[in-house]
Amino acid sequence: MSADQTYIIIGAGQAGGWTAKTLRDQGFEGRVVIFGDENFPPHERPPLSKEVLLGNAEKEICLLWPPGTLEDADIEMRLGTRVSEIAPDEHTLTLEDGKTVAWDKLMIATGGRATRLPVEGADLDGVYTLRTIDDADAIRSKMTPDATVLVIGAGWIGLEVAAAARKQEATAIVVELADRVCARALSPEMSQWIHDLHVRNGVDIRCGVSFDHFEGDSRLQRAVMSDGWVIDCDIAVVGIGLTPNVELATAAGLATDNGIIVDDKGQTSHPDIYAAGDNANHPNPLLGRRIRLESWENAQNQAICAAKAMLGGEDSYAEIPWFWSDQYDANIQLMGLPEEWDETAVRGDRDAGEFVEFYLKDGKLEGAAAINNPRDLRFTRRMMTSGKTFNASDLADPELKLQKLLKG
Amino acid sequence: MSDVTFHNALKTDQLDEDEAIQVIIEGKEVAIINLGGEFYAMDDICSHAYASMADGYLEGECLECPLHGAQFNVKTGKAETPPATVDLATYEVKIEGDDILVGLPNG
Ligand SMILES: Cc1cc2nc3c(=O)[nH]c(=O)nc-3n(C[C@H](O)[C@H](O)[C@H](O)COP(=O)(O)OP(=O)(O)OC[C@H]3O[C@@H](n4cnc5c(N)ncnc54)[C@H](O)[C@@H]3O)c2cc1C
Ligand code: FES
Repeated sequence: MSADQTYIIIGAGQAGGWTAKTLRDQGFEGRVVIFGDENFPPHERPPLSKEVLLGNAEKEICLLWPPGTLEDADIEMRLGTRVSEIAPDEHTLTLEDGKTVAWDKLMIATGGRATRLPVEGADLDGVYTLRTIDDADAIRSKMTPDATVLVIGAGWIGLEVAAAARKQEATAIVVELADRVCARALSPEMSQWIHDLHVRNGVDIRCGVSFDHFEGDSRLQRAVMSDGWVIDCDIAVVGIGLTPNVELATAAGLATDNGIIVDDKGQTSHPDIYAAGDNANHPNPLLGRRIRLESWENAQNQAICAAKAMLGGEDSYAEIPWFWSDQYDANIQLMGLPEEWDETAVRGDRDAGEFVEFYLKDGKLEGAAAINNPRDLRFTRRMMTSGKTFNASDLADPELKLQKLLKG
Repeated sequence: MSDVTFHNALKTDQLDEDEAIQVIIEGKEVAIINLGGEFYAMDDICSHAYASMADGYLEGECLECPLHGAQFNVKTGKAETPPATVDLATYEVKIEGDDILVGLPNG
């Protein structure tokens, strides 16, 4: 039956790529077509602010699979092609050139776009955001040792850009409106550790600063803060967050609210339409609340789960969120989305830059953050899903193996 | 089996149960795994990006990459979960006394 069906995926990013690949891996024999407006086969973005920005790798490092993998799996790719409208009841979509294409099931994996600042001078040459390969190429070419790079927003991407700028020996200045870096994701102690890391590496990093506008004659020359502080700079990278691409879904009448509303299998309010990745507001059964994640692992695993559901799979997508960032020699990893905790435990050596911080509430692990300790951090996931309670003092004792604590 | 040479890799008491360790044999990184008292050997560098599999934890019969969580079956080297799609090579293990010997292909 499924051999004469057409499943279409909108978006050739990470979630779109994994949806297509999973459909085939699961034995789907019908047509699989990906429409992607970027001119690059399905790819992932983490290297853009790391290896690619540092000049250590070419953009091909972002490809999800070796060239030819999707073609060999008989997946049709229509790159450089934007979908402009979805008609759910007709089971069709319209491309930018007006062509109409029919589908039996649809995956909306349109991700998001970097949020822009609605201020004077935001269109000047030299003002960037970082989301795509083209963005990374443009920023990299401007990161020379004599350049001053201003980063607006001390979130993950902003901080990785600052780190890359320093590695290229450029001058780097970071301004952040909140009173600490990555305030939404980190404990105050972790924010401080990362703040200090950047200061040690020569970044001028200022929190509690409100940016006002850019100035320059066609090219960016300076940025002006609300308190009148003027920063002369050659380029500015705005990293103030992501706006999910939900317009297609909204116009099609699908339920949206901070992303496209999906269930635990990725199904939208229309039974034949799914969504996954940065644009999908989904319930997380383990956390007991709805979330929308902007992370590599979520884009991959939510898409895999949704692709299986498109084929009738019953599994719900239930994972403790995991995220990482690389800055200088620090590998930073987060497990869970802890909102409240009454105790923390630090395992390892903060000053040596190798430790895990655990967040406990009534003895239950709500999450953890690690610097240069991916091994223990990954294990935290099993400890969290075990539902067991732990002693902060045991967690802080490096002599006690986490495996033993989980078993004991 | 004359195309395999066995190399002394480790002592059995140097690796606790359900642990893995990296050894370098002939310049090659190999993970030795103690799965419930049985020893296995597999390429140590994850086939996805770059990480030492021995830094990961065992999950059933699989060793989980510490970086992005791909799992490889330690008996077969099969890449069981994404993001890895390429299997890892496994090597024959012999125990002689308390020595763990790993058979690497010649040449
Ligand atoms: C610079 C950078 C660094 C990152 N680093 C990390 C990291 O270290 N760790 C981590 O966990 N996460 C990281 N992330 C986040 C991670 O990359 C994202 O969560 C992931 O890419 C989301 O995948 P997606 O498929 O949902 O969206 P995307 O990868 O954005 O893919 C969506 C695709 O759909 C296309 N599209 C949109 N609308 C249409 C349309 N109408 N028609 C056709 N195509 C359309 C878009 O152009 C895009 O190509 C990083 C992100 C960035 C930008
Ligand atoms: S390096 Fe092992 S999963 Fe990515």
